[in-house]
Amino acid sequence: MTETTALPAGLGTDTDRLVIDGVALSSRLIMGTGGAPSLDGLGAALLASGTDLTTVAMRRYSPAEKGSLFQLLVDNNIRVLPNTAGCFTARDAVMTAELAREALETHWVKLEVIADEHTLLPDAVELVVAAEHLVNRGFKVFAYTNDDPVLALRLENLGATAVMPLGSPIGTGLGILNPHNIELIVSRASVPVVLDAGIGTASDAALAMELGCDAVLLATAVTRAQNPALMGAAFKHAVAAGRLAKAAGRIPRREHALASSAMEGRAEFL
Amino acid sequence: MNITLNGKPYAVRANASVTSLVSQITGRELASNGQPADGQRLGVAVARNSEVVHRSHWHGTALAEGDDIELVTAIQGG
Repeated sequence: MTETTALPAGLGTDTDRLVIDGVALSSRLIMGTGGAPSLDGLGAALLASGTDLTTVAMRRYSPAEKGSLFQLLVDNNIRVLPNTAGCFTARDAVMTAELAREALETHWVKLEVIADEHTLLPDAVELVVAAEHLVNRGFKVFAYTNDDPVLALRLENLGATAVMPLGSPIGTGLGILNPHNIELIVSRASVPVVLDAGIGTASDAALAMELGCDAVLLATAVTRAQNPALMGAAFKHAVAAGRLAKAAGRIPRREHALASSAMEGRAEFL
Repeated sequence: MNITLNGKPYAVRANASVTSLVSQITGRELASNGQPADGQRLGVAVARNSEVVHRSHWHGTALAEGDDIELVTAIQGG
C-alpha cells in the first residue's frame, strides 16, 4: 500500500458509526443474549460491552418467566434485533420474522435457518429462499451465512441489508477458521459484513475487524465467560482496536527478519 | 369454548377476542388498539391458525372453537 487514506474523525471511538438502514449504531459490537444465567448479569455485560444492538429469540410466552428481556433492552436504549434461531425451514423463518416484527415493532431481522442441531450450520438453500421472501415483505435482512463468498454475494444481490458470515459454528469458540474467505467476502461486499458466530475471546473479534469486517456479533463468548461484564468490556476494546489496526494498515509479512535499528554507525569493540 | 394456546388446551369464554386472551395471559390491561393501557410496550405477538394477527386487529378478532393460538415474546438468544 502506497496510498494513505484520510481517517474518519474519531475512528475506533463511538463517533465512528456503522450506518445500517439509515441508523447510525454507536458500537460495532452486536451482542447476542443467549446463555446468560440471569437477566441482571446479562444487563451488566451488555452495558460493559457498549453494544447498541442486541439479538433476541422469539419463543412462546410464559407467564412464569421472571422479568422481561425486551423491557431490559428498552430501558437501556439498546436496539433489538430479533432472530429466527431454531428455524430449520424458510417457512418457519418467515413466520418467526413476521411475529417478531409484530411483537417488537422492528423490521430488522437476523435471518438464521439452520440445517441440523448438531452443527447449527446454515442451510444455504432454505436461507436463500427465506431471504428472498423476507426482502419482498419489507424486512431488513441480516443474513447469518456460511463463510462462503459465493453465497454471501448471492444474499447481497437478493437484497440483504447485511451479510453475517460465521467464523466457526455457533457456540464453539473456535474463532475464525477461514480468514481468507472472510477477507474475500469483505472485498466483494457492498453491504456491511458482520462476523457472526464462533468467537471465543477478544483477539478473535480484533482479527475479524482487521480482516475488514464492519462489525462483530457474539453471545456465548461473553455470556458464558467466567466474568461476563469483564469480557464484555474486553470485546468493546478488541473491536475498537481491530478497527483502528485495519485502518492503520498492517506491515506486510516477511520471510526473514528486518532490523529496525540501523546497522551503520555501530561502535566497534576491539 | 376450547382453543389450543401455545400447544396446550385452553378454555376461553365463547367469542372472546384476541385482546381479552392476551390481556388475561400477560396480566396487562390493553386498549382497543392492542397497546398496553400503561403506555409501556407489550412485546408479544399472536398467530392464529398459522397467520399473524396484527395488534390493531386483536380487538375485532373473535376466537373460535378449536383455534390454534401461538403467543410469543422475546427471550434470550442468538
